[in-house]
Amino acid sequence: MIVAERKPMAEIIEMVKDCSKVLVLACRGCVTVCSAGGEREAAALASLIRLGMKKQGKAIEIIEGSLVRQCDKEYINAIDEWNGQYDAIVSTACGVGVNFIANLRQETMVYPALNTTFFGGSAEQGIWTEQCAGCGDCVLHLTGGLCPVARCAKSLMNGPCGGSVCGKCEINKDTECIWQSIHDRLGSLGRGSQMEVIAPIRDWSTAGHGGPRKIVRNDLTIS
Amino acid sequence: MSFEPKITLFSCHYTSQQSCAEKGKELQQLGFPASITLVRVPCTGKVQVTTLLQAFEDGADGVYVVGCPVDGCHNVKGSVRAAKRVAAVKKALEELDVESGRIEMFHLPRGLHPEFVAAGMAMDKKIRALGPSPFQS
Repeated sequence: MIVAERKPMAEIIEMVKDCSKVLVLACRGCVTVCSAGGEREAAALASLIRLGMKKQGKAIEIIEGSLVRQCDKEYINAIDEWNGQYDAIVSTACGVGVNFIANLRQETMVYPALNTTFFGGSAEQGIWTEQCAGCGDCVLHLTGGLCPVARCAKSLMNGPCGGSVCGKCEINKDTECIWQSIHDRLGSLGRGSQMEVIAPIRDWSTAGHGGPRKIVRNDLTIS
Repeated sequence: MSFEPKITLFSCHYTSQQSCAEKGKELQQLGFPASITLVRVPCTGKVQVTTLLQAFEDGADGVYVVGCPVDGCHNVKGSVRAAKRVAAVKKALEELDVESGRIEMFHLPRGLHPEFVAAGMAMDKKIRALGPSPFQS
């Protein structure tokens, strides 16, 4: 899922300081699962905005709403339910949701309440870790299912580097050296020889270095 | 002008059980501050971040939660969850440049022990020192 966390309140209050009516719009997708921007978090944010504005001696009216997802055109259309009732939307979706609202509603000011952080999973309750970088050219079949692009600080294709010490990364003693883990895992799977295969210089154009990416599925398009 | 604080207490059903004895008169006789409004909840684990923030929105100068001892919650982890939510609100208050001491968590034995009254007196003293909530318009 996409993992995110709320922006500092000072930043959010600065965004809405000139608004008198705001729609705080939750997303029931990934950000609900990672407890950053679901209905519960949006309700807390609405309360904090009201309190923050009150502290500055300003009144603000907040409408709370939520969409099934903010990354699909048909769900964005549901925003029209609140037309004319707000000066701006504060979206608690990931950056995709904010972009979709901006793309599809030219007259609407939309602010991000979250910092969209990474593609990850819940390692345990309350803890999320990055697992995938969405690089567009997956090498997991060569690395025992562990991603060196997302989980190696240098995104090395031929690791580990000299900064690997006792299974930890030189950038932080609490950070796993994923290449050590790849080595160990391939060994335990009886595929240790894979470590001797030199990966070629990589073409990063699929990772966004070639500009914004797009997928067109002609078997699914209807126009 | 003297300041009379409004303090909201969310207390576990078990911890505050005897506070209702004789319609609360026993509590008053023991010196429990009149500034405190007691809201009894089935378990403090039921108290959400939004519940605590709403108390401030409703005009509380201070808010505190009294739940079971960490290792003695009737619902196992209820008071631990409450403490984490109180900590989250403390952080949020700091983000709004408001004293985080306006909200506190207490883990106390069940029943009407002296500590229950002492916690109330401590909160009353602290909030009087901090003054009115900056959220009052």
